[in-house]
Amino acid sequence: MRTINQKAWFFVLPVLALVAFNALVPMMTVVNYSVQETFGNNQFFWEGLGWFEQILRSDRFQAALGRQFLFTAMILIIEVPLGIIVALSMPRKGFWVPVCLVLMALPMLIPWNVVGSMWNIFTLPKIGLLGYFLNDVLGINYDMTQQPLSAWITVIVMDVWHWTSLVVLLCYAGLVSIPDAYYQAAKIDGASPWSVFRYIQLPKMKTVLTIAILLRFMDSFNIYTEPFVLTGGGPGNSTTLLSIDLVKIALGQFDLGPAAAMSLIYFAITLLVSWVFYTLMTKDDAE
Amino acid sequence: MAQIKLSNLRHSYMPTPKGPEDYALKEIDVTWRDGGAYALLGPSGCGKSTLLNIISGLLTPSEGQILFDGRDVTALPPDQRNIAQVFQFPVIYDTMTVGENLAFPLKNRGVDAATIKRRVDEIAEMLDVTDMLGTKASGLSPDNKQKISMGRGLVRDDVNAVMFDEPLTVIDPHLKWKLRSKLKELHQRVQATMIYVTHDQTEALTFADEVVVMQDGEVVQIGTPVELFERPQHTFVGHFIGSPGMNVLPCEAKGDRAVFEGHEVALEGPTQGDGGRTDLGIRPEYVGFGDTGIPAHVTKVSDIGRHYVVSAMVGNTALKAMTEHSVPEPGSQVFLKFKPEQSRVYRDGWIATQERAQ
Repeated sequence: MRTINQKAWFFVLPVLALVAFNALVPMMTVVNYSVQETFGNNQFFWEGLGWFEQILRSDRFQAALGRQFLFTAMILIIEVPLGIIVALSMPRKGFWVPVCLVLMALPMLIPWNVVGSMWNIFTLPKIGLLGYFLNDVLGINYDMTQQPLSAWITVIVMDVWHWTSLVVLLCYAGLVSIPDAYYQAAKIDGASPWSVFRYIQLPKMKTVLTIAILLRFMDSFNIYTEPFVLTGGGPGNSTTLLSIDLVKIALGQFDLGPAAAMSLIYFAITLLVSWVFYTLMTKDDAE
Repeated sequence: MAQIKLSNLRHSYMPTPKGPEDYALKEIDVTWRDGGAYALLGPSGCGKSTLLNIISGLLTPSEGQILFDGRDVTALPPDQRNIAQVFQFPVIYDTMTVGENLAFPLKNRGVDAATIKRRVDEIAEMLDVTDMLGTKASGLSPDNKQKISMGRGLVRDDVNAVMFDEPLTVIDPHLKWKLRSKLKELHQRVQATMIYVTHDQTEALTFADEVVVMQDGEVVQIGTPVELFERPQHTFVGHFIGSPGMNVLPCEAKGDRAVFEGHEVALEGPTQGDGGRTDLGIRPEYVGFGDTGIPAHVTKVSDIGRHYVVSAMVGNTALKAMTEHSVPEPGSQVFLKFKPEQSRVYRDGWIATQERAQ
């Protein structure tokens, strides 16, 4: 007969408590707000799913969500191939390895709001080095404080500058783990450089690349500080991404109910996309 | 298929080698017959993998030439030498099926689909992997993976040579034996020149017609397994091959006799040269027991299955003897007899006695 021992639960308890306090409890507060209306004074009125409906139907939310997807798609399309290319061209051994690694890691070490301020000052027309150079030397009409296109380009370039390194370092880790024999065998088999990439390097990078894309997706989808410091969501609403809009509703307008509903929708989208992506990418391995 | 000739080959990993100690591979000059099975045997770091990579073209030698059927291929890259190499760890293209893996070298060379199919089927049948052709290669067991990497080499019908770089390292012991006989069988079927690098004497001796024993980047002896065992040209060969290895006992040489710990020992023939360090080399298999002979003190007896290994001390020198029966007790006093035709003197490691004319 099997004896059932429940003592194991005690080992799980600390983790449960920790998760409860840092995730479940705060989140339940948000859930609480999302279904009620409050005018302060700790008075709450039941609202049901009204806020959710209102948010999902609002043009403002849909526009911000659209911008958010566009932003994430753009930075992934740029950062992932660029990261792979940089990782492939980094040296595998010798003196330059640590130099490259440190140079690569530098952008990631800078605090997010500092990155925002840096790029703000850097790209301001007339004052900023880049802004001055583009406008007054090259004669390109560039002003991220006035033109939505300039603002978008700046936000994307800034993110690429800040985070491509993450993709590079992860891919590099995948690449250096490939034994020399693979390259030698490929040489003997007469494989072209493209075949080497397609059949050796890419498959070996798959796991780390999955993680890199996942991290970049989540981070860029939830991005707040950098674009907020750089453009403040402007000009107009052109770079108002989801999180910036959310903060405007929650803290600017103090609409706690809709803001809570929006947070949950936001969270659900992030979770859903991550889950679908991860499941698709790891499907083959499970077979 | 080709005859492989290495002519005055030397290699150093340093850009400007000064002395001989800077060379990972010291002067090598050998010819390997078309269709032969050869083994490069030596301890780790003896230069055997360097030599293999030079033959396959992954490394360019500092000096000397490699000739395939008389054609100088020293400057050719690996894919133009038409060689195949099987590595220590199985190299498999994970995303491809077994069939695609086997077809890969042919595809890269622009062979037409019908020929590819025919060759892949042939090779798969030879390797007993026909039923795996459609499965993903990444899920295979190490021995099957190693078979596939072998197959990728054999699938081309123009291979000059197939090289094996310790191919059984990651294979389970009970499968090693199976894979080894498969290799032997393949060699007989495809008739390609095969070069097998290993540090395992059993693998080398069972696989090869001729074994090249290497030490410190130097070829110490080339010979058939029997020659290596019966008449090692160097104490290293004697010690490296055989289990336990040859006894190497400090001695003085006096014509066709050696004086070892004050006892005279008859040799296979007269000793040549003079000076240097002299050692008496005799395999444990040829040390017998008798009523008279060299007195020795037995220190240990180990049962290694079919026979016993007796460790004994003669004066201050330890040696080993092998016996199947009449096992002495540890601690007892015995008399040893050295078989004269198997007793040789080595001068600075190299054989110095002359074989007596039969």
